[in-house]
Parts: sequence; structure tokens; C-alpha cells
Amino acid sequence: MADTAKPKGGGTARSTGGRRRSRKDTAPNIADEQPKTLLDYYRQMLLIRRFEERTAQAYTQARIGGYCHLNLGEEATIVGLMTALQERDYLFTNYREHGYAIGKGISPRSVMAELYGRSTGVSKGWGGSMHMFDTQTRMLGGYGIVGGQLPLATGAALAISYRGGDEVVMCQMGDGTTNIGAFHESLNIAALWNLPIVFVVVNNFTGMGTTVEKSSAEPELYKRGSSYRMEGVRVDGQDVLAVRDAATDLVERARAEQKPFLLEAISYRMKGHSVVDPAKYRTAEQAEEAKANDPVLAFERQLEEAGILTEEIKQEIADSVRDEVTDAADFAENSPHPEVSTLFDYTYATPVPNESRRMPADPVFAE
Amino acid sequence: MSVITYRQALRDTLRAEMHRDENVFLLGEEIGVFEGSYKITEGLLKEFGERRVRDTPIAEEGFVGAAIGAAMLGLRPVVEIMTINFSLIAIDQIINHAAKIYGMFGGQTSVPMVIRTPGGGGQQLGATHSQNIELFYSFIPGLKVLAPSTPAEAASMLRAAIRDDDPVLFLENLGLYNTKGEVPDGDESVAEIGRAAVTREGTDITLIGYSRMAMVAGQVAEKLAAEGISVEVVDLRSLRPLDRDTIVESVRKTGCAVVAEDDWLTYGIGAEIAASIQEGAFDYLDAPVRRVAMAEVPMPYAKPLETAALPSIDSITTAVKETLSAVGRRVG
Repeated sequence: MADTAKPKGGGTARSTGGRRRSRKDTAPNIADEQPKTLLDYYRQMLLIRRFEERTAQAYTQARIGGYCHLNLGEEATIVGLMTALQERDYLFTNYREHGYAIGKGISPRSVMAELYGRSTGVSKGWGGSMHMFDTQTRMLGGYGIVGGQLPLATGAALAISYRGGDEVVMCQMGDGTTNIGAFHESLNIAALWNLPIVFVVVNNFTGMGTTVEKSSAEPELYKRGSSYRMEGVRVDGQDVLAVRDAATDLVERARAEQKPFLLEAISYRMKGHSVVDPAKYRTAEQAEEAKANDPVLAFERQLEEAGILTEEIKQEIADSVRDEVTDAADFAENSPHPEVSTLFDYTYATPVPNESRRMPADPVFAE
Repeated sequence: MSVITYRQALRDTLRAEMHRDENVFLLGEEIGVFEGSYKITEGLLKEFGERRVRDTPIAEEGFVGAAIGAAMLGLRPVVEIMTINFSLIAIDQIINHAAKIYGMFGGQTSVPMVIRTPGGGGQQLGATHSQNIELFYSFIPGLKVLAPSTPAEAASMLRAAIRDDDPVLFLENLGLYNTKGEVPDGDESVAEIGRAAVTREGTDITLIGYSRMAMVAGQVAEKLAAEGISVEVVDLRSLRPLDRDTIVESVRKTGCAVVAEDDWLTYGIGAEIAASIQEGAFDYLDAPVRRVAMAEVPMPYAKPLETAALPSIDSITTAVKETLSAVGRRVG
């Protein structure tokens, strides 16, 4: 199931095998799992699926502005990764993060209200789709600049290490990010300073339209940690249990051993780069492949075959998810926009004299 | 009262702030074992250890961003960027992240960090190492930009920057590190960010500068005083927020102004000052606002060319006298 890239170079002996269960040998089996747990994963995955479908609808109805990148097709990866984190652990992501926000514990209401640009949104309507942030659940941001979150996440891990804390940082990114300087600088620093962080590359084989093969000289992205003697693991991102196990393993090792890891989750983006992208650059076969790899349907089938997801439970979950998403959209719709009077509230945390509070048509000197 | 260098004032303040607050730590290239390219951090690694004085790889984007992330979790990193020219490599982290995180997330987390970095030409360092690009940062809401001109101000403003909860770009200057000035013994004063200062009162003309140019402005005023010309010097101190009231109040008194800036003229900081003056003191102006700025060329290496390209006591003096003669006042 999972390949590992063992760092070469003798100086730093790392125990990559031995006491660790090898994912290769023991692919997770749903027979070993509690039915309740599996149904919970299924519900979370379905929630993200329905939430994103509702988001796309609201976007085309112009209830949501700006760019809008969806997590459709990444549900297994997200739920697996978020299950691996403890509440006290921190998460940094890129701009395709609605599902991560929900998975880290932010209510769908707050996420949808943020998409609608309302003051009840998780970032009070200041961030939008790409900038979900919540101190409480330690989701420390979706970031709109490719690679921007990596140095920040590394710094958060530095703060943990500085204080001797036992939290771990997870830093999610897309495949294209592995080519930017911030990726290499951050992995180097995290490895040099032994920081408790797991970098996660969600590899859906496409930047916006440019493929991994066309942009990465080492297209097996989990191997890119080797330059920093950082262990890399590749996992099937369509398999929620495999992702959970691989991520849990690395998160707990980062915590115990105080060092960084790189995890690559192979995933499929089911739609275009953003809601407005028809993905014409994809061949019919590629589109079919993504569809055939629908992680929610696959997991559903698996649970049905195992007799865990009965028709009745399936309907129950479908109804409750639908209600939750409808409730989130209604909440967003009925929430107020931020007051214009709050425009200058968040420029500075420490107020100082002569901060500008000038509106566009105001004179510089209002007397 | 002791007379110390600007460099010593910075070092003493860093050291005292690290003793005061465990959350304050330093990171940057060559600040530890090498003790800093300009020796600002001399002795600090020995005193505080590697945890709090952290040598970084040459990776400005990575370590500036790491400082931002650490600040988001409540630490108070003080980053040294060897010269402001190298800040360009970190500009995405400074502008797209440090400056945005407080506002973009609705005020949920602040970024209490300081980026110390020197600007300044005149050291024959050539085109890529002699720029004054503080304007880039002064342009950005969410950042605070300080530019002290004396050892005492360097100390009180660095204290303010470290204790402030926002990202502060703290502009030093290669030409100021060895300058000396009086600093009160046991000084604990914390400067108010966002305030300019009239550092010398005068009645004939207002001369505005910041960082090294504020020092040079003082020297010009001193020289012209001997010729019977009374120059009022305004030291901007804070480039963002900008204290326009202090500038305008002075110009309303004197009726004319010259801005001395170490950056390029077109779109430069002087342009903002001149625009502010025309808006705030239009009826008081007896002459156009003059700007003295660097020649608009990539800085050459050869000494005569470099010297010619930089604002100087002479070029500022000329601009002051020409402005005064434009309004028909006595010129010494």
C-alpha cells in the first residue's frame, strides 16, 4: 500500500522499519475496524462531498465570490489526515481547504458563512474561500499563495520545539508546491532543527492544468524529502484507512522523535482547478479515471459489501448530512455582512497614532 | 548618560529584551557563531545559547516565514536580514503573510515579530547591495516601518518594535552603525510608533529626513545656522504609520520644505511627503517642495560615481538655498 523513501546517507541512521508496522505488508482491512468508526468516516466524507457540491451551487448562484477551489475527490485523504491529528495539533493548508476546516472541527456553518462573506464566518468574512482560520480548533489557515504556508508551519513547529511542547504541526500542500523554493527551504530548516512537523503533499497529478511529469523532475514526490534526509511515505489517498494509518504513524513519530516527515497522498481532483474551470485539458479517459476513483462511492460500496452500511443507515446518514449542509447554507444566507464601520478593525493588533482610517474619497487631512 | 554607537545601542537593547522576555529570540544568517555581519549580535550566542540565537541557512523566505509562524504561536522573534536587499527574497512572506495574517483571518492571531535590516549606500557595494527599498514595506498596510537615526532612538524604537504585537520592519543603516550619541544610563524608554519628531526647531525652512538622512539633515541645519539660516528638521522616525501632522505643522510655520531621502525620487518616500504637504499646507507654501534623492541609476561601484549618485550635505544645502531664494528670502 505505502512505499517508503528511506533517506540515503549514512550519517543519520533512521529506524524506518523494525518496530514500525510496515504499511506494505498490512493493508488496512475494514474487518479489523469498529463499524461505528467506519460509519463515522463515511459520514465525514459524505459531509465534505455534499458541502462542496452545495458550495459549487452557491458559487454559480453568485452567493460566493472570489476564487473557489473544491475538495471533491479528496474526501478520503482529508478524513484520514484529520483523524490522525490530536485536538492540540496544528494544521496549515493551502487554498483548497474547506474540507480540512470542517475535518479539523470547524462547524460547516462557520465555513459556509465565511464563503458567503458574512461576519459569522470563521474568519469574520475577511478571508473567504482561501483563508479559513480558527484559533480554537488550531486550523491556522488556508493560504492563497502557493507554498506560503510552508515556512509558517515550520515556524509553528519551531515555536512548539522552543517551548518543549508535545503538539505536532501538519502542513498540507498540493503537488505543484513541491517545485517552489519555500518547499525546499522549509523542509531543510525543519530537518536541520528537528521540528515536529508532517508535510503532506496531496498529489492529484495536476497543478491547474500542468501535470506533475511536466513540472517535477522527480515526479515521485515523496522522494523529494531525501535531499533533507527526511523520510517520505506515499499512500493511496483514495483509501481513508490507509491515509489514517500512514498519517497517524508519521504524526506520532514526529511527536515522539521530534523530527519532520513527508507524506504523499495520491488523490484525484474530480472537477476542474476551481468551480469555473471546465478542465478541458483532461482527456475523456482521465476524467473517467477520476470518476471511477471516487473515494466516497468506493468506501460506500466497501461498507455495503461488508454489511456495515445498510440501506437504512445509508439513508439516515444521507438525510442528516443533507440537513447539516442545508442548515449551513441557511445560516450563511441569513447571517449579516460585516459592518463597514469595522473596516479598520484588523489592520493592526497594537493601535498606534496616525494609522490611516481614510475612506477612498476622503481628504488626507480631514479637519 | 553614556555616549555609545548606534550598533552598541542595538546590541544592548536586544540583550536587555532577551533577559526581560523569554519569548524573545533571534534568528538570521551568521548572527551566532559569526556574531553578525555587522556585529550587532556580538556576544549574544555565548550568553543565550543556540536556542535563542539561531543561525539560519541562507534561506530568507524560509527563515522569515518561520519567524512569522513562531510569532503566530506567541513567540517574539527578532529576525536579522543581512541587508535590506536580501529582503526581496523574503518579500512574499513579509508582504503576503506577515502583513496580512492579522487582518485576513479577522484579527484572530497577531504576528509580533521584528525584522531588523540595514539599508544604505555609500559603501561601494554595487548595484544589488546599495538599495534603499524601505518604500516597498512602507507601502503596505499591516506592517509598521521604523527608521531610527540616533543611538538613543535606535534603542527606544527597537524596544517598542519588540513589544508591539504587529510585524515591524526596523530599518537600520550601514552608514549609521558607527555613529555615536548620548543614551541615558539604564534607559527603559519605549518610543511611540507612528510619531515623527522635530529634532531641531527653526523658522526659515523645514528639512525632512529619516534614518541616515535625518542625521545628515541635522548636519545641514547646523552648517546653515552659521550662515544665519534657521532650518527646522523633522525626523520621520516612523515611515508607517506616517505622522503627516507633524510635517504639515512645521511647513505651515516655515512656508517651505525640502525632503532628503536615501531612496530614488520617482514614486519615492519624498513623493508621499510632498503630496501630503501640498494637501495639508497648500495655502502656506511659498515655494514648491524640493526633493533630494539618489540619482536614478543602478548604483555604480566606482567611488566618484557612487558619491555623485548619493544625496549629500552639499546637495541638500543647495536645495535648501535654492528653495529659499525661490521665495525671495535671504540666502547666506
